[in-house]
Amino acid sequence: MCADHVHDASRRRAIEIFLGGGLLASLASFLYPVLRYFVPPAVTDLGGDEVVAAKLGDLKPNSGKIFRFGSRPGLLILNSDGAYRALSATCTHLGCTVQYRPDLREIWCACHNGIYDLNGRNVSGPPPRPLTVFDVHQRGDEIVVSRKQEA
Amino acid sequence: MYAFLLRWLDERLQLDELIAPFKHKTVPWHRLSYWYFFGGITLFLFIIQVLTGILLLLYYRPGANEAFESVQYIMTRVQFGWLIRSIHAWAANLMIFTAFVHMFSVLFLKAYRKPRELTWVTGMILLFLVMGFGFSGYLLPWNTLAFFATKVGTEMAGQVPVVGKAMMIFLRGGPEVTGATLTRFFGFHVAVLPGLVTVLIAMHLFFVQRQGMSVPPKVEAEWIANPSARREMKFFPNFMLRELMAWYVAMGVLGALAAFFPWNLSVKADPFISAPAGIKPEWYFLFMFQTLKLIPSKVWFVDGEVLGILGCSLAGLLWLLLPFFENDKAGRGKAWITGLSIFALVYVVGMSVYGYLAN
Repeated sequence: MCADHVHDASRRRAIEIFLGGGLLASLASFLYPVLRYFVPPAVTDLGGDEVVAAKLGDLKPNSGKIFRFGSRPGLLILNSDGAYRALSATCTHLGCTVQYRPDLREIWCACHNGIYDLNGRNVSGPPPRPLTVFDVHQRGDEIVVSRKQEA
Repeated sequence: MYAFLLRWLDERLQLDELIAPFKHKTVPWHRLSYWYFFGGITLFLFIIQVLTGILLLLYYRPGANEAFESVQYIMTRVQFGWLIRSIHAWAANLMIFTAFVHMFSVLFLKAYRKPRELTWVTGMILLFLVMGFGFSGYLLPWNTLAFFATKVGTEMAGQVPVVGKAMMIFLRGGPEVTGATLTRFFGFHVAVLPGLVTVLIAMHLFFVQRQGMSVPPKVEAEWIANPSARREMKFFPNFMLRELMAWYVAMGVLGALAAFFPWNLSVKADPFISAPAGIKPEWYFLFMFQTLKLIPSKVWFVDGEVLGILGCSLAGLLWLLLPFFENDKAGRGKAWITGLSIFALVYVVGMSVYGYLAN
């Protein structure tokens, strides 16, 4: 009687394991495709490493403009002494787009008052890292911006 | 851990009281009880539709210039996107099928009788809404078939005397089927209809819970003659486990259909091409489509189309009100409803098959 009881209990246990395991396996097979579905397919960045940011004469001295660099914005600045500079325009703090402030002669982020100098160094406010600096060349009347070559 | 959580919730919400009615609830058990499952399976498929619909919304973009491309993107670029869309399309068709099975089974088991008239009425409205889901969702991929189906469907609404024209313009968002129509249908499909259906399902289920399951008169008579034959099953857990098993089988059928027969996308809609030969509506509209095709263009002095559409609407309305035509008195008076039901079933199936085979 007692032995039968133990036998029954172990059979019940085995059935529970099979049923539970089966249900878990089904659930996993429903969840796996859904989780994979959540991941957006990678967007191929067709921007390349080089872009025409402006034409000669587009910018007045001591001003800046936002240009498109691949899928992200860049900032092109013409200093008062006539030199071009190009940097990533994405603030390193929380990703807002920065702007050139002619009055401060610095780069300013409106979202949380972060300030970078013209070399992209984070000099004041919350930004944790400097802005990436790009190379600027003049080709004919075009201002060409490219990623710095790793040297 | 589980026990602790349960106790914690019970202390605060008195779960016991909430569950109590379900503990006492029983389901009559007889040779026809299996038909009870179809309502539950329809509900299950609706839940699947809500879940996969939300998933599709992650990538779908309404708009004449983007809709087709976004569905194409879901099917070709997004991982398992083809499967999710396929499940959504197959479950939609299965849901309409099981809703029809449920409707006819309720009819033949005579479960619509007093006091369950309201359950029938909410159920019929749900059936119409589900067909509305099918019609509005069909347009969303913005392919050629969908474009013409919507053109014809809304044109039919336009045939209704007096209000038809306004109704058609309302549905289309203008005089023609354009991107504006797609925007509207998208809104109906993902916001208006789900809201209405959820409310009606809640009412429908509340009525069912309140009144319990109906016993078919034939079985009831047998039980009265032989009381020891009466069988009941506890709803929880006995009936619920069976219902869940049915859901699991439905899931298996759905998964297999979606995986082995993925829904195709066809070609993008172009308002300036001719309708392709052999174009037909979805199977659940075929019986109406075929009826309309058979009516001559003029009957006496009325336009055939107008007559057909008014006839279909009237039939739908009478069907909705069916329980109110059956009076309480026992006797031969009731046989005509069964006769009518058999006629309706034969008509719907027959016309659908005829429509499917006809050129």
